[in-house]
Amino acid sequence: MTEARIELDASATPALAGINRGGVGDFVSLLKPRVMSLVVFTAVVALAVAPVSVHPVIAFAAILSIAIGAGAAGALNMWYDADIDQVMARTRERPIPAGTVAPSEALTFGLILSVFSVLVLGLATNWLAAGLLAFTIFFYAVIYTMWLKRSTPQNIVIGGAAGAFPPVVAWAAATGTVTLEPIVLFLIIFFWTPPHFWALALVRSGDYARAGVPMLPVVSGIDETRRQIFLYSLVLVPIGIAPAVLGFGGWLYLAVSVSLGAVFLGLAWRLRSGSGNAIGPVARRLFGFSILYLFALFAALLVEHVAGLPGLGAQGVSGLLGISA
Amino acid sequence: MEEPGIVLTDEQKKRRRGRSIAIGLALAGLVLLLYLITIVKMGPDIVERPM
Repeated sequence: MTEARIELDASATPALAGINRGGVGDFVSLLKPRVMSLVVFTAVVALAVAPVSVHPVIAFAAILSIAIGAGAAGALNMWYDADIDQVMARTRERPIPAGTVAPSEALTFGLILSVFSVLVLGLATNWLAAGLLAFTIFFYAVIYTMWLKRSTPQNIVIGGAAGAFPPVVAWAAATGTVTLEPIVLFLIIFFWTPPHFWALALVRSGDYARAGVPMLPVVSGIDETRRQIFLYSLVLVPIGIAPAVLGFGGWLYLAVSVSLGAVFLGLAWRLRSGSGNAIGPVARRLFGFSILYLFALFAALLVEHVAGLPGLGAQGVSGLLGISA
Repeated sequence: MEEPGIVLTDEQKKRRRGRSIAIGLALAGLVLLLYLITIVKMGPDIVERPM
């Protein structure tokens, strides 16, 4: 299923020799807390926007399960990817290549947390949500990490689905179903992932090349990557506006998604048309802005819901387009 | 003569203690969470179930 693996350097990783040096912080960092924070945020928004009221204890259990499930997938990813993590500057301080946690410990940790997160979510909410969470963990750890990441430059396009599932899981936990709204939230994150990661990959392509990871800039070059970032941005921005068009986003959401979408497209176009030394700084700006963009879209939905602001609804869209009934 | 085996340093013992405390707290949290989920989902029915 995989390409050639790089041998872990046992002399540099005492954990491989059976000497356990890991503290609690090392195991927490196996959960990829920064990725987990995005997962938690998008799941909280989906749970809040869902048209049913959920008991706070059940809501807490659902979010905790989704967060731990995402963390477990991160631990399994770090277990499998330890060989390439040790040759990349961005990842060589992770617990396994740094020698504080043994690969077998990370694998066990990830598997135990996976099982418990799915079971608790199933017991607390419903088995559709639990099944979706189990599929998300499987998708990230097996489909993305073990298969796609090392075999195709489309790795993060398809693998991005794993990061897009949490709002769907949360919606299913609240309602017991999957309707159009969570699918739109899924699509926003799905189409956001390629421009976000490829902007980072543009400035880290040397790292990925050393590790033998076929990221788009390594395989197809910088120009093709810039072109694809722009094309994905063209798809992303209308989908970003879709919640307002479909009626579950309100005026605030519409304003945020249109204005930030225009900035996103502007940066993607500058990256596409820039040359030479301008590419790196614009790519960094786009990477940073993409995080703000996604956060702002979901935050706008959350604010509207908490403040009791109505969605535009079918009537609102008609009014917006100047169509009278 | 008996082999001394692996002798942990003070730092390693401190980290092991930290891990043990974290596992204990996680298990206690899990028990509490499952208890609360049971009460919320079953409510008064929990004492009126068929025997």
